[in-house]
Amino acid sequence: MKEGFRQAMAWLHTWAGLIFGWLLFAIFLTGTLAYFKDEISHWMQPEVQAHALDDARSLTVAQTYLERVAPTAARWFITLPDSRDAGLSVMWQDKIDPGKRGNFITKTLDPVSGEAVQARESMGGEFFYRFHYQLQMPYPWGRWLTTIAAMVMFVALITGIITHKKIFKDFFTFRPRKGQRSWLDGHNAVGVLVLPFHLMITYSSLVIFMSMVMPAPILASYGNDTRGFFNDVFPATNNAPVLGQPGKLLPLVPMYEQARAHWAGGHVGRVAVNNPSDVNASVNVFRAGSDRVVHDFGSTVSFNGSTGELLRVSAEQSLPAAIGGSFYGLHMGHFAGPVLRWLYFICGLAGTAMIGTGLVIWLGKRQLKHAKTGVMPFELRLVEVLNIASMSGLMLAIAGFFWANRLLPVSFAERSDWEVQIFFIAWGLSLLHAMLRRGRQGWVEQLSLGALLFAAIPLLNALTTSSHLGVSLVTGDWAMAGFDLTCLASGVFLGWAAWKMHRRSVPQPKAERARGLTLKPEAH
Amino acid sequence: MKSKTSLPASYRLAVTSRVLAAVVGGYLMASLAAVCLALWMPTSRADAVITGMMSSFVFYLLAVIWCFACRTAWRAWFGVMLPSAAFATLAGVGFWMVRT
Repeated sequence: MKEGFRQAMAWLHTWAGLIFGWLLFAIFLTGTLAYFKDEISHWMQPEVQAHALDDARSLTVAQTYLERVAPTAARWFITLPDSRDAGLSVMWQDKIDPGKRGNFITKTLDPVSGEAVQARESMGGEFFYRFHYQLQMPYPWGRWLTTIAAMVMFVALITGIITHKKIFKDFFTFRPRKGQRSWLDGHNAVGVLVLPFHLMITYSSLVIFMSMVMPAPILASYGNDTRGFFNDVFPATNNAPVLGQPGKLLPLVPMYEQARAHWAGGHVGRVAVNNPSDVNASVNVFRAGSDRVVHDFGSTVSFNGSTGELLRVSAEQSLPAAIGGSFYGLHMGHFAGPVLRWLYFICGLAGTAMIGTGLVIWLGKRQLKHAKTGVMPFELRLVEVLNIASMSGLMLAIAGFFWANRLLPVSFAERSDWEVQIFFIAWGLSLLHAMLRRGRQGWVEQLSLGALLFAAIPLLNALTTSSHLGVSLVTGDWAMAGFDLTCLASGVFLGWAAWKMHRRSVPQPKAERARGLTLKPEAH
Repeated sequence: MKSKTSLPASYRLAVTSRVLAAVVGGYLMASLAAVCLALWMPTSRADAVITGMMSSFVFYLLAVIWCFACRTAWRAWFGVMLPSAAFATLAGVGFWMVRT
């Protein structure tokens, strides 16, 4: 570390990148899938029928349902269907325990009949979304770990830029079929090409959880009254208390219309009702996140539920809140239409590829030194196994998750949990397989299996449902068709990768390959 | 790798020390910088807190870079703790002014 500044930064980039690379790869790939979370859910729950959007009808249907099923609940949440998510989602909480999280009951309703949809139990795309920032760990550990990983990513990005002196010149150099060189050129190309995306996505992920990971300013300014901070930032959460006298909740539709008028026709995302059966019921109408880039959690119009009186229209965001909101909005991409959403997806894949190529380069550089003896030290073998399991293994886990969705019987008990378990079982098996097989064979076998599983998904869908490509393409169900076609493309890509790996390992016998590898550095 | 294993223990200790300075010291400095912003920004209380939290990660980044760029592990600690002490003093004054 005594060398120059750039060398020191290269050292930091290498080691920070290696230690968190595997985790970041999983975070990036699942996060990329989460941009199509509603579309994935649509594929995984084909029973949910899409209807022409009619907010007034949906809202009436939801209110009728909740008054019948959960009249004494402490809170109701109604999320209206939109063009991406056809289901009308209602959620209620029987009692609010200040110290506890959760205890929510969620149902998806048909927005026309008002009955709960009898869909197969499945987390759908929500699984990837949750995994992306919670890693299937109990609260709050997963969120902490992902935020720490985000900070390491931020360090790795900036040190990577510093290391990379000739950032634009190198961008136009790609040396294919040159082994290590090609990997490095590829790493630089995907890194630089979508650099603004990488910086935005990494910094915004820190901002999203900043009040959790950086609580010192809240404590210094508000002391023990941290609630006061959140009441200042999100005034809509400061609602009237229960009075204990039964009341009659007015229809929600007029309040919905009044709120839209306040936003000059802006859309409503969610309606929350506090203490619906109390005389002091309050209704908060939240603006849809898809309306604008700058996200505003507090963008609400609040009413008294039993008199219909307008209580509060949230003020415009202050500049710091708007900056924070734009970080959140840009990260989530709720505002993105189909084209922009695909762009998000591609940028996410580029980020995933950047992390993956980085891990491959780390190992490749060090493997060269041991090619002559053919024996790899333990630490290199460990990195190799983790590389295989974290990359091709994760693909297998994702494919397993989709296959489980189609193959587990609809009546299966705890079906949705089993889908998730199969994801982790497949991942665990791939780790075991990577440990048992020699490096390249491990890669080739896992990539080939992944290719097969993904490429067969359109076929699997055709055999198990009536929404195969022949139907979805004709009826214009683009989410369904897009899912099948993306899986097919992923299968082709994995097949190509497996073929590449195979071709490079087979023609030369072991001893010769070792010689070939040691000769390589001299060739440059 | 062989050359790495032959590195003296003092080198490894120095690297560990730098990592600790970067992770722990850097977090401390970032937190104190954020507290300073939260207490001294001439905006509303909530906005000052948001600004402090939002910019703290840049301070953290700078601390980490310093810890690995400077010449010795001692300098790493020194370079993190000195600004921390300055921010702590500033925050202390701010805190006292809020209280009175």
